[in-house]
Amino acid sequence: MRKVIFCMILSLVLGLCGCHGSTKSLTAFTPPEEFDTSSTYEITFWAKNDTNATQTTIYKKAIEDFQNLYPNITVTLKLYTDYGAIYNDVITNISTGTTPNVCITYPDHIATYMTGDYTVVPLDTLLTDEAYGLGGSKVLFDSPSLTEMIPQFLEECRIGGGYYAVPFMRSTEACYINKTYVEALGYTLPETLSWDFIWEVSEAAMAKDAEGNFLVNGQSVMIPFIYKSTDNMMIQMLRQLDAGYSGEAGEIEIFNDTTKDLLYTIAEHAGTRAFSTFKISSYPANFLNAGQCIFAIDSTAGATWMGTNAPLSDIAEEALVEFETVVMAIPQFDEENPQMISQGPSICIFNKDDPQEVLASWLFTQYLLTNEVQIAYSQTEGYVPVTAKAQDSDTYQDYLSRAGEDDELYYDVKIEASRLLLDHLGDTFVTPVFNGSTSLRNAAGELIESVTKSMRRGETVDDAYMESLFDEVTALYHLDQTEGLASGKDDLGPLPQTSVILLSALAVVWALMIAYALWQRFTTKKKKSS
Amino acid sequence: MKKMMALLLVVLMVASMTACSSDTGNSSAAQESSAAAESSAAEESSAAEESSAAQESSAAQESSAAQAQVEVMSYEEYMAAELDSEVCVETYVQAKQSYYAEQQTATLYTQDQDGAYFVYDASISQEDYDKLVPGTKVRVTGYKAEWAGEIEIMDGTVEVLGGEDTFVAEALDATDLLGTDELIDHQNQFVSFKGLEVVASVDEANGNAEVPFLYNYNGSGTEGDDLYFNVSKDGETYTFVIESYLCDSTTDVYKAVQGLQIGDVIDMEGYLYWYEGVNPHIISVTPAEG
Repeated sequence: MRKVIFCMILSLVLGLCGCHGSTKSLTAFTPPEEFDTSSTYEITFWAKNDTNATQTTIYKKAIEDFQNLYPNITVTLKLYTDYGAIYNDVITNISTGTTPNVCITYPDHIATYMTGDYTVVPLDTLLTDEAYGLGGSKVLFDSPSLTEMIPQFLEECRIGGGYYAVPFMRSTEACYINKTYVEALGYTLPETLSWDFIWEVSEAAMAKDAEGNFLVNGQSVMIPFIYKSTDNMMIQMLRQLDAGYSGEAGEIEIFNDTTKDLLYTIAEHAGTRAFSTFKISSYPANFLNAGQCIFAIDSTAGATWMGTNAPLSDIAEEALVEFETVVMAIPQFDEENPQMISQGPSICIFNKDDPQEVLASWLFTQYLLTNEVQIAYSQTEGYVPVTAKAQDSDTYQDYLSRAGEDDELYYDVKIEASRLLLDHLGDTFVTPVFNGSTSLRNAAGELIESVTKSMRRGETVDDAYMESLFDEVTALYHLDQTEGLASGKDDLGPLPQTSVILLSALAVVWALMIAYALWQRFTTKKKKSS
Repeated sequence: MKKMMALLLVVLMVASMTACSSDTGNSSAAQESSAAAESSAAEESSAAEESSAAQESSAAQESSAAQAQVEVMSYEEYMAAELDSEVCVETYVQAKQSYYAEQQTATLYTQDQDGAYFVYDASISQEDYDKLVPGTKVRVTGYKAEWAGEIEIMDGTVEVLGGEDTFVAEALDATDLLGTDELIDHQNQFVSFKGLEVVASVDEANGNAEVPFLYNYNGSGTEGDDLYFNVSKDGETYTFVIESYLCDSTTDVYKAVQGLQIGDVIDMEGYLYWYEGVNPHIISVTPAEG
């Protein structure tokens, strides 16, 4: 009977422990003391490339080299060409417990992944582990130490007080300029671009001849200013004006008067067709290279597409136009205090039942931070390595110094784009990460896309329009339902009252049982002694 | 006494777990709801060419409101309409490319007896989308747009007209139009190409190896991504694509292209899509007849 009662109590305790606050069987990851090299581990790596074949090659080589060092770990690569697709697949796979082991991601996305308990592995302990941490004594390759990580980039991976990712590459946005046309219009590029300058030159470029062709390029098509990522456009404009976007805890602040004023300005230039967006017109690079755009704003990670001699191009050779390309920081409102976004891929690790498998994932993640991978990958686009170890290396410095030697590895526009970020590390910022920050980012872009389309379609953009737009965007992106920062250890609040009562009753029963057992023991002893 | 204790424990255990599990359920639902909201947003930002579906959904609602005011246009009138102007056509579905359940939008290849219309991310319910088969008559109201040379209807709504009035286009043999200015006049139409030779593509991700097809345009992808392959006619090379949303890796055409060899001579059918030049979305590849 005692055994029966014990089993019941045990199952009760286990049941209660399991049911509150978690539908997953995963437990918090605890790093093993020793990596087990006698067992085999198969880990999956979901990676993103910029439809850049060299990046694919680098991933494959990194895997091969890593597997040579750790023959008991097999890494399977799955490639994506955009972050959104990775995000969607991860969300789907969280519910089925089939997440990848290692995943390229944005910190914004991790905040949502963390809605599942212990889904994403916190890296604080791993980063500093003496044996297997960054630069650890038992790591079989030359990994960077913690102090060799660029602190600012690492800090971008801190979510809710802990590190849930490590940076892989960093980029920002750049303005790729057809200097030839700017000067043909009678302007000289300033040292720092301002929004006023860009709007003014863009409007000047809209002049046409009697046949309807644009004077500046003699073609029937000219969109002087095209922005690839309108979410970044809005975010950076608001930041430069110190206006609200979101609070640290996820408060939605974007629907303010400054936003309205910015949208009116954008609408004005969309109305004249001096401004358009990627979503409305196509890739800025295609227009720039065809001599149909003067200011193309895109990521520094898109630099290999920009310019007459760009190594990558989607347009026919006969459509290419000769011009001088200049790479500058995005336009500013306060030229003395430039501000630009820091972006780029980070790496997170998903939790698994076997801590050894997680450790294998961490070792591979760390391998992606070695100089071999960092320098090779950064050279594929206008990326910057995330470690000082790579940035300061002779190999990387030599690479930077050889800008313009050819139009492939040393393509000058690409290296200029990397330099842009290196020169402005102190001027970059990131937006707060919370469960809902991805939606807010999309909403920011949506505001610009909407006013631009409306102006092209001859609609009236006025205060009533703005109010309506704000309401629509709020509803579309569920911005009235954001939950703020997610964490793997959410405070689920107090227990329900019913549970409290029943658990209290259990405690009383326990007390009675113990009292009964003691009483029985006492009476048995008494009988024996008598 | 022992029996009573055991019984009491069982009752309490069941009651406790029931109380607890109902709350867990709520928590889980909240999390799912939150994840769904985020997932929705992510889908909107995902593919480069997939402009924000929510945005289009929004504009689609506006378009819907104005729908009653727009006259149904002929193909000629549609082609003559200014870019960014509101358009309305009655046309017939030829193929369904994709459906975004979160936003309830679909991308369709449609055509009537006079020409074709590419309908990009138009608003339509799942129920109505499921009704669409090749030949189904629909009314599409939206805005005429051009994206990288492709003329399309965006921010639209699709109304299923159905009925017995159906039309499935015969493939127009466009082989001799390749390389001519006339080809673009048939943009988006269902076309065929006959007797073209597969020529090498350069796989940049594998040491510039010469291969019969690529995952993504430069070999940077993996199975499941779009397939690109080059074909030659009269010494000119053209790049065709298996658009993975239209024909995924389980389809016969996807597998047929994976099985191509350099030098094969093939016949193809597909839709005359445009991206900075002709970029047909192929749905059928067979060995050339005769």
